[in-house]
Amino acid sequence: MSELLLEIKDLSIIYSTEDGLVKALNNASLQLHKGESLGLVGETGAGKTTLARGIMRLIPNPPGKIVGGEIFYEGKDLLKLKDKDMRKLRGQQISMIFQDPMTSLNPVMTAGDQIREVILAHNPGMSKKEGRKQAEDMLEMVGINASRYDNYPHQFSGGMKQRVVIAIALACNPSLLIADEPTTALDVTIQAQVLEMIHDLKEKNNTAMLLITHDLGVVAQNCDSVAIIYAGEIVEYGTLRQVYKKILHPYTEGLFGSVPSLDTTSKRLNAIDGMMPDPTQLPKGCKFADRCKYAEKRCQERNPELIELADGHKVRCIRYEHEGR
Amino acid sequence: MYKFIIKRLLQLIPVIIGVTFIVFFIMNLAPGDPAAIILGDQATAEALAMKREELGLNDPLLIRYFNYMKGLLHGDMGTSYKNNIPVWNQVIDRLPNTAILAVAGIFIALLFGIPIGILSAKKQYSILDNVSMVAALIGVSMPNFWSGLLLVMLFSLTLGWLPSQGMGSGGFVPLLRSIILPSLTLGINSMAMVARMTRSSMLEVIRQDYISTAQAKGLDDHIITTQHMLRNALIPIITAVGLQFGHLLGGAMLAETVFSWPGLGRLMVDSIKSRDIPMVLGCVVFMATMFSIVNLIVDIVYAFVDPRIKSVYKKGN
Repeated sequence: MSELLLEIKDLSIIYSTEDGLVKALNNASLQLHKGESLGLVGETGAGKTTLARGIMRLIPNPPGKIVGGEIFYEGKDLLKLKDKDMRKLRGQQISMIFQDPMTSLNPVMTAGDQIREVILAHNPGMSKKEGRKQAEDMLEMVGINASRYDNYPHQFSGGMKQRVVIAIALACNPSLLIADEPTTALDVTIQAQVLEMIHDLKEKNNTAMLLITHDLGVVAQNCDSVAIIYAGEIVEYGTLRQVYKKILHPYTEGLFGSVPSLDTTSKRLNAIDGMMPDPTQLPKGCKFADRCKYAEKRCQERNPELIELADGHKVRCIRYEHEGR
Repeated sequence: MYKFIIKRLLQLIPVIIGVTFIVFFIMNLAPGDPAAIILGDQATAEALAMKREELGLNDPLLIRYFNYMKGLLHGDMGTSYKNNIPVWNQVIDRLPNTAILAVAGIFIALLFGIPIGILSAKKQYSILDNVSMVAALIGVSMPNFWSGLLLVMLFSLTLGWLPSQGMGSGGFVPLLRSIILPSLTLGINSMAMVARMTRSSMLEVIRQDYISTAQAKGLDDHIITTQHMLRNALIPIITAVGLQFGHLLGGAMLAETVFSWPGLGRLMVDSIKSRDIPMVLGCVVFMATMFSIVNLIVDIVYAFVDPRIKSVYKKGN
């Protein structure tokens, strides 16, 4: 395995709302090596975006707050960096693609200027003309004609907007790309194009990627390892092969079970029964116990640890605790 | 774009017709005989009758309105009942004074209102935000004849720093000194309004995804604020400023009266008091035109602020 790029240790993030304290992320730990792709899978509200924004230190505060943990990026703890130094990393070392391309571009600025802006911000002293040239190159790289530099976002289609967003994210050759459901808002044919493009560009520059999605198929195609997140906790974590070949956690099982299959003729999708627990009142025991078909009495009593099995595959379930090393 | 401007200028015509119609009728339906006001208490019945005939007051109302509009189309706004000077000359004389005052008022409103709004929005729910929004609420609710008197009491009577009357004479500095109080009086309401508008508009923009994108780019905070937040927040602010200009013209009547500012507003108030109908109409026509033109300018400015609006204009809608 290549060099370690990002290591998240026990990261916890809360939001204080009128309804109480929302524990959006609880002791999440992840590792990402240079050039590696990690898929972060979970349902809406599981804490995926919170985790991503946490890495960028862009949790809206108030109401959000990082209450514990460490995020090491190339050995430096990002949470201890000064704002100014963190700003230098953003866009240059760590980039982020947001979910909805329709709203992620500034409507009153030309697409080209929005790309140039990030280039100029991280290359002090570069002339505007040189910046424009580089921005035009980026446009070409994501498959948009450079002559459209002066067009405004409303003159692009959704897929093209996402390409512009990707161009912005990759303009400074970051080492880490965080893609927060980059294709959720796009239709299926465009999804494939955009994913392929991200994949190619990332291969070219050996960029590591944290891909947030709820689409297991997208993960299978694009990632080296997978983390499954549920109610703010990582419940299963391993390489793509480990997780897809040998599902351990009941929630992961449910997720895979809900993927429709062409081979069987079922009329209804197999959804996981029940709802995710209210994040302001998380249960004491296992967060998934209420929906779990294997649940026992002891599941309600205490929250299991994330245990590492012999092959490095990690799972947070009481049934495997005796197997942990 | 030109098509759009021409279209808007043509729309000015029905506005002027409507405004003059309403004012003409109100002025004529109000009790009081202009002839009696001109000639005074001692006038004989014959003299009054002659004066009425001379002024055309015996014609039916609609005919008189028609005659007035015919004159207006030829650039003739009639002569003042009071002093027999053509209305046009007097109005044109006073217009620049009111324009200076209104521009100064808007300037003060923008100069303080926008930064206060931005700061409040960026530090939402902070002490600064609460204090400035309460202050803005007070500013909006203060009638400006009253705030004008308070300002005069403080700065002219107690401290003696600034003149309380007139436009000053002899150059720029005396003018500047004497414009401060009336423009402040005029601008306080608008400033408060602009501050509140800026705050709410900014708050809406701050939560947009493209602000996250801008932050994720690693841009400096002030660039995010000015280039990304403010530019997007500007449209409602500009709209508010355009509408405030109307309030300002209305407010000018009060402020000009309080500060003896020789502007259109005071001319209009004096003319209403003396039932000088042609003069009142002249002032109203000018103010309505000014207001319409300012709002046309506002609409044109939209296009420069927001490219989406520009493309709509280009389509000629």
